[in-house]
Amino acid sequence: MLVYIIRRILMLIPILILMSMVAFFLIELPPGDWVSTRITQLEMSGVQVSADEAARLIAQYGLDKPMPVRYWRWVEGIVMRGNWGFSMQWNKPVNEILAERVPMTIVISLSALLLSWIVAIPIGIYSATHQYSFLDYVFTILGFIGVATPGFLLALILAWVLFAKFGFSMLGLYSREYLEAPWSFAKFLDLLKHIWLPLILVGMGNTAGTIRVVRNNLLDELNKQYVIAARSKGLSEWKLLLKYPVRLAINPLLSTVSFILPGLVSGSVLIDIVLSLQTTGPVLLRATLAQDMYLAGSIVLILSALTVVGALLGDLLLIVVDPRIRFGRAEK
Amino acid sequence: MSSQTPIAIPQTPEAPPETIIEPGKAATDERYYYASQWQLIRWRFSRHKAAVVSIVLLVILYILAIFAEFFSPYTPDTRFEGYQSAPPTPIHWIKPNGGGFGPYVFDTVRELDKETFKYIYQPDETKVLPIHFFVHAEPYKLLGLIRTDIHLFGVKEGRVLLFGSDRLARDVFTRTLFGARISLSIGLVGVFISFVLGVLLGGISGYFGGVVDDVIQRVIDFLLAIPGLPLWMTLSAALPRDWPTLKLYFAITVILSILGWTGLARVVRGKMLALREEDYTLAARGAGASAWRIITRHLLPGFTSHLIVSITFNIPGMILSETALSFIGVGIQPPAVSWGTLLQDAQNLTAVAQQTWLMIPALFVIGTVLLFNFVGDGLRDAADPYAR
Amino acid sequence: MTDTANLFLEVDNLKTYFFLHEGTVKAVDGVSFNLYKGRSLGVIGESGCGKSVTAHSILRLVPSPPGREVDGKILLHLHEGSNGSSTEEIVDTLKLERNGPKMRSIRGKEIGMIFQEPMTSFSPVHTIGSQIMENLLLHTPGISKKEARDRTIEMLQRVGIARAHQQVDAYPHQFSGGMRQRAMIAMALICGPSMLIGDEPTTALDVTIQAQILDLINDLQAELNMALMYISHDLAVVGEMSDEIIVMYLGLVMEHASTDEIFDNPLHPYTLALWRSIPTIEGKLERLTPISGTLPSPFAHIPGCPFFSRCERRIPGTCDAALPPLKEVAPGHWVRCVLY
Repeated sequence: MLVYIIRRILMLIPILILMSMVAFFLIELPPGDWVSTRITQLEMSGVQVSADEAARLIAQYGLDKPMPVRYWRWVEGIVMRGNWGFSMQWNKPVNEILAERVPMTIVISLSALLLSWIVAIPIGIYSATHQYSFLDYVFTILGFIGVATPGFLLALILAWVLFAKFGFSMLGLYSREYLEAPWSFAKFLDLLKHIWLPLILVGMGNTAGTIRVVRNNLLDELNKQYVIAARSKGLSEWKLLLKYPVRLAINPLLSTVSFILPGLVSGSVLIDIVLSLQTTGPVLLRATLAQDMYLAGSIVLILSALTVVGALLGDLLLIVVDPRIRFGRAEK
Repeated sequence: MSSQTPIAIPQTPEAPPETIIEPGKAATDERYYYASQWQLIRWRFSRHKAAVVSIVLLVILYILAIFAEFFSPYTPDTRFEGYQSAPPTPIHWIKPNGGGFGPYVFDTVRELDKETFKYIYQPDETKVLPIHFFVHAEPYKLLGLIRTDIHLFGVKEGRVLLFGSDRLARDVFTRTLFGARISLSIGLVGVFISFVLGVLLGGISGYFGGVVDDVIQRVIDFLLAIPGLPLWMTLSAALPRDWPTLKLYFAITVILSILGWTGLARVVRGKMLALREEDYTLAARGAGASAWRIITRHLLPGFTSHLIVSITFNIPGMILSETALSFIGVGIQPPAVSWGTLLQDAQNLTAVAQQTWLMIPALFVIGTVLLFNFVGDGLRDAADPYAR
Repeated sequence: MTDTANLFLEVDNLKTYFFLHEGTVKAVDGVSFNLYKGRSLGVIGESGCGKSVTAHSILRLVPSPPGREVDGKILLHLHEGSNGSSTEEIVDTLKLERNGPKMRSIRGKEIGMIFQEPMTSFSPVHTIGSQIMENLLLHTPGISKKEARDRTIEMLQRVGIARAHQQVDAYPHQFSGGMRQRAMIAMALICGPSMLIGDEPTTALDVTIQAQILDLINDLQAELNMALMYISHDLAVVGEMSDEIIVMYLGLVMEHASTDEIFDNPLHPYTLALWRSIPTIEGKLERLTPISGTLPSPFAHIPGCPFFSRCERRIPGTCDAALPPLKEVAPGHWVRCVLY
């Protein structure tokens, strides 16, 4: 089993390398090189850049070197020094800009995923055990609409409704007074006041999908013989349901993490933009609009890497909870 | 088949196939035996009421988009000076003072509110403007071919703004119809590109297997692991802004298809793997048929219905992605209109709070996506009655 | 046969129907029999004849909806205390709440059940031991986990699982089919029930393993003095396992007699047809005759004998007019046929 886990972790490496190449390709994509743009920018803000200075910048960013060398320097900077490059638009290192925003993106994506499960699993259980009941139909229809409704449009509509009806602006993660404030309990409470709407919106699609998965899986499991065998032991219905079929019906959710996460992250980028949250989404948008490619490429790479790592964690967790995989797949 | 099933409902071992298609009824109906696969699918589909209604509505939407010039009273760039951000014009039916029955609008007058310094629009109930049908208005070329100036409806004087006007005083209804062109077609074009890529690569992967399969599968794994939107944003942001609309349109479609083909390729490959071991494939190979012929003649027909289902579910995703990209400003660029660019106006909450009608394009997007999902659901049930 | 002290189960005119969209399925339509401790009853018939539903009805395991026991009595003679001298309590399980506490106290404790599919009878994500132990923990107040575990290991040893102290922590997929069926028996018997129901417990197993499992069940039945209800479509197995046999067809008892009687002197055309469809070692090498035709639709309303359409000796006008009654043609030998 250890071998399997190690192999899975090692398999990440080529994927991450490929992702970094894609990100570097994005960075190099726009016409014109970075240093000349930077020099123009500096000159426009009134800083005179001497020819020596220009040459120093070109050498520093390796623009006189061929592309593989530039790529290597960039990767080396990230891996060895944690240096993600420099954002022209913010006039700051990328690290500084993302320091608070990347964790917030992780928090939002993960909490949305967990919230969607917390909401969807009981509903899925109810729907499966009360198949074709009135509420089952209601949940099925709601789930259908939830899967189809784009989160960012709903974000737009909800933000507008809350604003128009209650004069309540849901934009941002913090109230104005906490925006620059250091972390405190009060700021945390303020965050809780704002974060629920994005969490619901980001998780909505997945909630609806999970209800379907849990309902269908549980309906399959409920007909299996082990359920009847357990019932023939004299187990009470609730204990039976929760201990056996429900456990088997929700196990596969972990294996779906790997294809849910990319969509979740995409959705959260959009919703964060609509709600102007202090996460990577809005920064990415501004960076792409300004063709601030070090920043944009870094965000794409970070988000992609986080997604694959998250997917791996989901798979590893599945190994922990499902002995069939723990013993079966590991031996192969 | 024995009684291990817990319910142990007595069942005939050789249940005739039509009992699955049409439980209870038509057990003796012989036409099911002789119906082709497509007829069966059509019959089953037609029983899915929501899907049938959806497909009719979608066809109507596409017709509205194709003949947008005819169905809209104005052009997307027509400006009504002095009528910025005007609310939708209500349509009345019973004319005042016994004037008879028929659609008409009142003329609108604009006043400046002295306290808020905002314009308010009031109907002038003294001026009844009947709506005429097949009116001559701005000339256009129908389908780009036929020169004409007939519009479905319009008013001779004044304005009829069904969905109100935007802040540049353009008719939102007209713009929504024109926006449907890009939004609705990008789904089809994008899915077509994805389809070609998916069938080609999935087919190669599934038919040849081995190293080719491994490589293609790893590429798919990789592409599936990337969150699409950030990548699309960055790629389309790198496109030169001065490109003509058409070029930009195709570039964005291609960008969206970069990740879109993977799902289809998976379907094709899976089915291909299952079918290539079938006897008829082996027979064809034995008869010396080429790989291409076997794939196109013997394998593809075996799962066309599944492909159509996958495609139907892919279209709304494409439409949404275009809307999203254009909405945040990295997709289709104004002056071109798509539902996404129309929604840019709705980004400003204060504006939307007062001009609710700017949200109407969002309803079109959501509606279209739902309709496609209903159709996909119906098709899936029809193509494979065993799949839940 | 009227050994009242050992009488454990009386099934009287049991009717279990399934109310489905397409119509009502009379899965069990008036079945009666008695079962005594230390004795065994075989129930035989084709798929869908209602033999499993009968067993499930006894334990009230019929899924409801759509199924419901619409008529009849299922009386259990329960004895308080470990020795038979104490008070007897007669319970009609059909009067109990389906998954209520009283019914649950009977399941697993008074009646154990073994199922057909050893592969799916255990939850794949729980250890074998924990699933067996659960039965014990449910029905033995005050038992400690340690004690339950020791009893489980003991029981696993008794059913012939080697290295039981290790295997108790194994997961079902680590067991072979035969081992799982042994574990299933251990699970059904760990509380020392008065009755064991085997619902085709060996159908899915290899022939050699089948024989081992049958021996095991026979041994344990004698050892624990249990009543045994054995369901199968395999005549040879049923003959070996039971003192008495019921032949069922479409929810009805067609013939009911002692095992010797029914093998030596089968009367009902359906029983005869069943007998002819199996190969015999001593018999001549003649063609096996399959039963002609297929089972009628379960939704069909058949006014006469349900076997009419496939019967070789049918009398049109008589057999399809009214359902023949179950007649006692010899002492202890009942047949539902107009020929006798």
